[in-house]
Amino acid sequence: MANSSHDKDNVAGIVRALEDRDTSITLEDPLENYMVLNMGPQHPATHGVLRLLVKLDGETVVDCVPELGYLHRGYEKIAEASTYMEFIPHTDRLDYISPVANNVAYALAVEKVAGVEAPPRAQYIRVIGAELARISSHLMAIGAMAMDVGAMTVFLWAFREREKLYDVFDLLTGVRFTTSYTRIGGVAQDMTDETKQAITKFIDEFPKHHSDIMKMLNKNRIFLDRVVGVGAIDAETAVSLSFSGANLRASGVEHDIRTFAPYLVYDRLSFDVITEKGGDCFARYMVRMREMLESVKIIRQALEKMPQGPTKADMPKKVLPKKERVYGKMEELIHDFVIVNDGVHPDVGESYVATEGSKGELGFYIISDGSGHPWRLKIRSPSFSNLQALPTLLKGQMISDVVAIIGSIDPIMGEADK
Amino acid sequence: MREKIEEKLRAAFGESVISVSEFKGEVTAEVKRESIVEVCRFVKEDPELWFDFLSDVCGADMLDFEDASARKAYLAIEHDFRPAQVPIEERFRVIYNMISLKNKTRLRIKVKVDGENPVCPSVTSVYPAANWYERETFDMFGITFEGHPDLRRMYMPEEYEYYPLRKDFPLMGIPGSIPLPRK
Repeated sequence: MANSSHDKDNVAGIVRALEDRDTSITLEDPLENYMVLNMGPQHPATHGVLRLLVKLDGETVVDCVPELGYLHRGYEKIAEASTYMEFIPHTDRLDYISPVANNVAYALAVEKVAGVEAPPRAQYIRVIGAELARISSHLMAIGAMAMDVGAMTVFLWAFREREKLYDVFDLLTGVRFTTSYTRIGGVAQDMTDETKQAITKFIDEFPKHHSDIMKMLNKNRIFLDRVVGVGAIDAETAVSLSFSGANLRASGVEHDIRTFAPYLVYDRLSFDVITEKGGDCFARYMVRMREMLESVKIIRQALEKMPQGPTKADMPKKVLPKKERVYGKMEELIHDFVIVNDGVHPDVGESYVATEGSKGELGFYIISDGSGHPWRLKIRSPSFSNLQALPTLLKGQMISDVVAIIGSIDPIMGEADK
Repeated sequence: MREKIEEKLRAAFGESVISVSEFKGEVTAEVKRESIVEVCRFVKEDPELWFDFLSDVCGADMLDFEDASARKAYLAIEHDFRPAQVPIEERFRVIYNMISLKNKTRLRIKVKVDGENPVCPSVTSVYPAANWYERETFDMFGITFEGHPDLRRMYMPEEYEYYPLRKDFPLMGIPGSIPLPRK
């Protein structure tokens, strides 16, 4: 007897668990036949762990509620308990498709509040790293978006190019994926001639592969039917929803933080801010494609203009000394010990530094209390704000376009969920 | 830049503007909580200021910010969860970062929020983008935004009862606060 009542409890529990309150609906009006579709968090086209609740009228999307938080790791809390140096590896895991860009953004934010400036050579290396990361990110975005609408070939081509980029990152930073390349006041290691040759080789060959992808997609009737006019957003709505990066520029707004408030050495390099008119998936695809060529242009100029010199600022109290000197010199050993254990002590105050990350405006807002740990570190992640526009983009579209639209705004959940 | 913003805000809001300061080239205006919606509408619609792009809204907990020895305690990975007993006036800050796309300038507006009854007016009627930012701030600090259309938790489970980014919340979390699914 006891056994069967236990079973009954168990069954009731299972039924309760099945009745997800988000997906159960009441059909009061028999003509109002909406269906709620639960998409994600494991759906392959959601680029990670994004969950969407889509309300459908037949095949048309009536409403959509994105649910975030499946990859929430509490980085802002971790930052408050780690020193400024310690947090650098965590920035790799925000937008894991372009880790160098995150390292650069974070280093710039700390440097501003600490009053450190990286030497010119380090700034050029950072620009090169960030632009390579942008190419890597855009390749991923285009490859994944094309695959979501059925073009498998482009996905493989894009990944072949990204593999070459990972080899370059391996040479530049010592690791392929989670680079942790920047330090406060510079970069971890200098760029060798071998790296320089590898980057030159990559940017020489890249335009050909880029045009292959363009030829494959731009006149492809199947691809065009899936993306042209789909998920359009006008400039005014895009600004009001804080769309940023390539997505905003696809709506015709000429906003790029590299020219809006030039950081590093972007004001010494010439490049165009790419905009498109349409605001639809195709425009977002085109902006990314054209931006990659601009990045190639930037890298080429940066390689030419890069001066010789140190790659870390000469500020012993705030910038880590060279490793070989730590082992031999007393003073450097002390500084190394203090910086690693106690941290950099910036001024008391607050600062918000934004950079043009691969996905959009990537900003770090730091409140410093003068100690070695940030009092508050807010990550302004572009994917989070870009996803906010998703319900607006999806309304009135077909269910099959949902994957194309998610692909075209290129969210990375590591960044959106922090 | 700072002078112009200060002059404009003081002329329009008078006593509601507490201070306008500049640190490392960034302008911060501190205003009274009650007038935040009007201030946002003003800086967005004024033809000279035109801060049309809300780039971020975030909260901050200033509990024991002045007290260096108490600050150290919050760095421990594991400390007992003792909710701050004394209701601290003006414990929280809500910070709005905005951009003027036309003028290429940035502005930060700050308001203070009480510790006992953390309530702040929502600016979603002015900036639709504030919707998710305010939800995130509510999730992390428990600041209730009045007039928000859909104030639910952003990251944590709906039934979670703590606010993780408050300073009295331990870094390692509270054991047992998130029930694991039954096997």
